[in-house]
Amino acid sequence: MKTYAACEPVPVYRVLAEDGSLVGEAPDLSGERLVELYRWMVLTRIFDQRALNLQRQGRIGTYAPFSGQEAAQIGSFAALDPQDWVFTSYRELAGVMFHGFPMETALLYTMGHPEGTKSPADRRIFPVQIVIAAQLLHAVGAGWACRLRGERSIATAYFGDGATSQGDFHEAMNFAAVFRIPVVFFCQNNFWAISVPFTKQMATPTVAQKALAYGMEGVLVDGNDVLAVYAAMKRAVDRARAGEGPTLIEAVTYRLGPHTTADDPTRYRDEAEWRKWRDERDPIPRFRKFLETRGLWSEEEERHWQEEAKRRVEEAVVRAESYPKPNPASVFDHVYGTVPPDLARQKAAFERRMNRREGRE
Amino acid sequence: MKELTVIQAIHDAMRLAMERDERVMLLGEDVGKNGGVFRASEGLQERFGEHRVVDTPLAESAIVGTAVGLAVAGMRPIAEIQFLGFIYEAMDQIASQAARIRFRSYGQYTVPLVIRAPYGGGVRTPELHSDSLEALFLHTPGLKVVTPSNPYDAKGLLLAAIEDPDPVLFFEPLKLYRAFRAEVPEDWYTVPIGKARVVAEGTDVTLIGWGPTVPVIAQAAKRLDEERGYSCEVIDLRTISPMDTDAIVASVEKTGRAVVVHEAVLSGGVGAEVAARIQERAFFSLEAPVVRVTGYDTPYPVPSIEDVWLPDVERVMAAVEETMRI
Ligand SMILES: Cc1ncc(C[n+]2csc(CCOP(=O)(O)OP(=O)(O)O)c2C)c(N)n1
Ligand SMILES: [Mg+2]
Repeated sequence: MKTYAACEPVPVYRVLAEDGSLVGEAPDLSGERLVELYRWMVLTRIFDQRALNLQRQGRIGTYAPFSGQEAAQIGSFAALDPQDWVFTSYRELAGVMFHGFPMETALLYTMGHPEGTKSPADRRIFPVQIVIAAQLLHAVGAGWACRLRGERSIATAYFGDGATSQGDFHEAMNFAAVFRIPVVFFCQNNFWAISVPFTKQMATPTVAQKALAYGMEGVLVDGNDVLAVYAAMKRAVDRARAGEGPTLIEAVTYRLGPHTTADDPTRYRDEAEWRKWRDERDPIPRFRKFLETRGLWSEEEERHWQEEAKRRVEEAVVRAESYPKPNPASVFDHVYGTVPPDLARQKAAFERRMNRREGRE
Repeated sequence: MKELTVIQAIHDAMRLAMERDERVMLLGEDVGKNGGVFRASEGLQERFGEHRVVDTPLAESAIVGTAVGLAVAGMRPIAEIQFLGFIYEAMDQIASQAARIRFRSYGQYTVPLVIRAPYGGGVRTPELHSDSLEALFLHTPGLKVVTPSNPYDAKGLLLAAIEDPDPVLFFEPLKLYRAFRAEVPEDWYTVPIGKARVVAEGTDVTLIGWGPTVPVIAQAAKRLDEERGYSCEVIDLRTISPMDTDAIVASVEKTGRAVVVHEAVLSGGVGAEVAARIQERAFFSLEAPVVRVTGYDTPYPVPSIEDVWLPDVERVMAAVEETMRI
């Protein structure tokens, strides 16, 4: 009897070695663009660290840090057009900020402000998804609509390794392949779903190989190598635009911080593992070394940019903190297109109550 | 007796059940090594092993669906849903499967399953972590739904749920997890499912709540007594389904007035069911319409708005004034 047992292991796609030297074919990007990607990796890292800090000071609420995953996010978003659809989880802020989502809006979200999910009008960024894996199906639908409407745009879904266990993941993959939808599934495998390690999440050695079972292409890429990620995403995006169907990309990366500010990773994660990723595999120094050997970046520019980035983050913090406080009654405004009569009565009673409270305070 | 918090009482019940009955097991996301995101199962995996305290892959439908199979085939699973808001993922397995297996098999198969989930607001969680969804399950025959408001009931109700031959949803008000301590017996005891508790006796108006709103109505009753001289009877429903209608009716026959308080949205809420039962069985005792104090008919709001959206002591007091005026 012949059975399906295993598929050939595919090596992790890589362009830069961990020491920043070139080990593959560099994608076709100008020096200027390369520097831009680097600047964004640094800027978003500084944002992330500042956000953790703000949370500790009680100035923002629960926050899910992305430090360590900047290359996976910025490298992949760099291959998108402004009009492509973006459906992310809560951990892709580096990518969406690079894509045009304002830093202060991201902060407003963590401050519990209702306007913190609003996409800029000239982008198609869906509110962050909290329910693990639900966004994959939306991406399939949005990609489907793009094709039906004859648009050039495609759709992307970002998610974690844990998300691949949900039914929604499998259903989305199957629909996308059956209907040859222009969509890219981008999995950031950071090895942990809160406290559950990758090896307890699935019995396969990779996420990428699951693509085979659905009839689409799967790509395994070093998620801490921004150039490899860009190349993998570019290929998938181009194929989707050309009508060649969906792709599943697994970007292997690591979350250097806690799951969220409410989490304590020392309870479940090996310190040596974390240290290794932090000290030897950080995507930012890796890319910096590459740029420096190419003469595209210097110590001087680094110092400069660190300061400029800090200044920009601080400005965003100021803008977020001075943003008008939400009107609590706005909670009634966006439940339906028109407020039904009973809800309007609830709103009126709520406003009377708020006015009485204010009168007393 | 020991002084325990609600979360410690839940932990204690699970430990005791796993000690006593080898069939009892816990499965869910982050319940093992991490001891649960709220530490409800802290240390249980070390103690009972990975085969009894199981860190599952991230899939609520699979957690509940496999727990149904485990229960049917002789185990006593406790399935944890990390936050009640994520229970929609498992809705088919709960409502169409677990709830009906006894019925569909003409009593041949049963599902002695407990599903635990934290719920309720007021602690600044991110979106979808605070929803109160008890009404969905009251609306599903075949399920039992309980929710404790204090450490004693938490342990006693959870042990009763584990003993119960049918699926029981055990909803844990997360705001009360560490809010206070109370005496809890060290041994096995149960609090009967289907029985409400009279927290305070009174004669003017009946205040009915459960889970996170019990401290709110108790506080309102105290202030109404001190400030207005009203005598409030306070009822902690404890079980949403099957509901203790007799206890509600007996109280309203005495007081003639009722205010129902829940965090869940107003429309189609459990409060509506309580009000319907009161008018069916105690209509001629009523001095005033039954009033509901609840979340508004919107999705649960963002953290910066939740405090004014949730029922609070002032809203309960205003509702009591309204019924007392009539
Ligand atoms: C349906 C659902 N179940 C559970 C949760 C709670 N939860 C939030 S994040 C998370 C782990 C997600 O892991 P992964 O998909 O690997 O993404 P990562 O956080 O590592 O980026 C869990 C269990 C949730 N948000 N939604
Ligand atoms: Mg992960």
